[in-house]
Amino acid sequence: MSINIEEVRKQFPILETQVYNKPLVYFDSAATTHKPQRVIDKIDEVYKTLNSNIHRGVHYLSNQATLAYEEARNKVQGFINAEHSHQVIFTSGATAAINLVANSFGETFINEGDEIVVSTMEHHSNIVPWQLLCQRKKAVLKVIPINQDGDLEMEAYKSLLSDKTKIVAVTHVSNALGTVNPIQDVIDLAHEKNIPVMVDASQSVQHIGIDVQKMDCDLLVFSGHKIYGPTGTGVCYGKEDLLNQMVPWQGGGEMIHKVSFTETTYNELPFKFEAGTPNIAGAIGLGEAIDFVSELGVDNIAAYEDELLQYATNKLMSIEGMRIIGTAKKKSSVISFLINDIHPFDIGTLLDRMGIAVRTGHHCAQPIMDLYEIPGTLRASIAVYNTKEEIDQLVAALTKVAVMFA
Amino acid sequence: MTINEIQEEIIEEFATFDEWMDKYGYLIELGNDLEPYDDTYRVDQNILDGCQSKVWLHAWMEDGKVYFMGDSDAIIVKGIVALMIRVLSGQSPDDILSSELKFVEEVGLKDHLSPTRSNGLVAMIKQMRLFALAFKAKQA
Repeated sequence: MSINIEEVRKQFPILETQVYNKPLVYFDSAATTHKPQRVIDKIDEVYKTLNSNIHRGVHYLSNQATLAYEEARNKVQGFINAEHSHQVIFTSGATAAINLVANSFGETFINEGDEIVVSTMEHHSNIVPWQLLCQRKKAVLKVIPINQDGDLEMEAYKSLLSDKTKIVAVTHVSNALGTVNPIQDVIDLAHEKNIPVMVDASQSVQHIGIDVQKMDCDLLVFSGHKIYGPTGTGVCYGKEDLLNQMVPWQGGGEMIHKVSFTETTYNELPFKFEAGTPNIAGAIGLGEAIDFVSELGVDNIAAYEDELLQYATNKLMSIEGMRIIGTAKKKSSVISFLINDIHPFDIGTLLDRMGIAVRTGHHCAQPIMDLYEIPGTLRASIAVYNTKEEIDQLVAALTKVAVMFA
Repeated sequence: MTINEIQEEIIEEFATFDEWMDKYGYLIELGNDLEPYDDTYRVDQNILDGCQSKVWLHAWMEDGKVYFMGDSDAIIVKGIVALMIRVLSGQSPDDILSSELKFVEEVGLKDHLSPTRSNGLVAMIKQMRLFALAFKAKQA
């Protein structure tokens, strides 16, 4: 089965938007994807028909809300092929999930002099929580270098792994370069030394698909809003043993078993890590988004998006002065580029006036920009609702814009 | 010329453009024509925060008037810098502080005032007024 693009686009009402009297062309899905009508309807339905707090009411609505919330958890479990649904912890996003891991895993396992390994291409959200942890624990952050193409230096990675390494936290797909990392090798090499691995799947779960059991990753995080779900949703998956060992991070209601002023015991998984009232409607909306992706088929999405990526790369290369930043062997859904010496902000400003939405700047990945010695890039990122016609429009607009700066 | 007279002049210039592309084309031209920035003042403390592009701004006082020099690594922003300098450079601190920069809205740069644009127009105006205030305090 292939993607019926017309049917897909019909499901996204925002694609009807006019920007400065021109039809919106949206190439900023790596920042956030749009939401299909069914997700919007689902959130609406939650508040209209089953709004109630979960896991604590004896009453009908509370039970209905709890069932729907836990059903969403089951959907995530199935989608990433986790063994149990209680290995799926709902968070407010990938950032919150990484902070959860850095704090909870960090508190449990990281001591002075220990080392944490990340890569140069991490999003700031997979750098800063670890830096904060390193400051607290006097631990050391080690960074896997990347080459000029934007591929991880795997030999350097091997040499970074030692007895001191307590965790490896690496992204599956780079949000700034589009590089698809050899995540299986990253995991296997760490496991040879019994080092756990956390995978940031924020830019892969919606494009490539994830099987946590096959990958054998120890922890995995992603944001709901980048996979056609609502903002303020995210997931932290973990192996059962590991999650059980990790101390809770945030305290509050729901996460406790018994509270007294002498001793408090914690609830079981996943509730131990879900303090307070969660984003109930958001999680249920995320469940709906996962149904949307599953029904299209993540393999079909990947094939369609890869075709678009290849088409866009070829077309963009025809523009004079085009410089694509990130030419890794394997890429997904993201093209970062510059034209001659024109500042990305200048091009982005004019594209906006033509109704074309791209991201400009450092994409929350400043170490990469430092590596390439550039102020930032333009980033066109692709989702399942994009078309070749839109790519043609982007290329035509860029050609027009480049002339203005010549 | 007074600040208001210069503003009127700019508004008239922009009124001749029907197309947004011509407007931006003109900004690019203004950016290209801006007096070169003296590298002596290309220091971190002269960089404005809150911009996606880099903006440098330097000011000095001569015969009771404030003069500005500016630059940006993005050419459209540099064009905006050029407009701001044209309006405010060579004016007295009091005039700068009491000025109403209505041309920004009238020539259609208002979008650029939105904080989400982070192109530094807001920071630019604020910094120019701060320079004026500092020179005024020195005068007193």
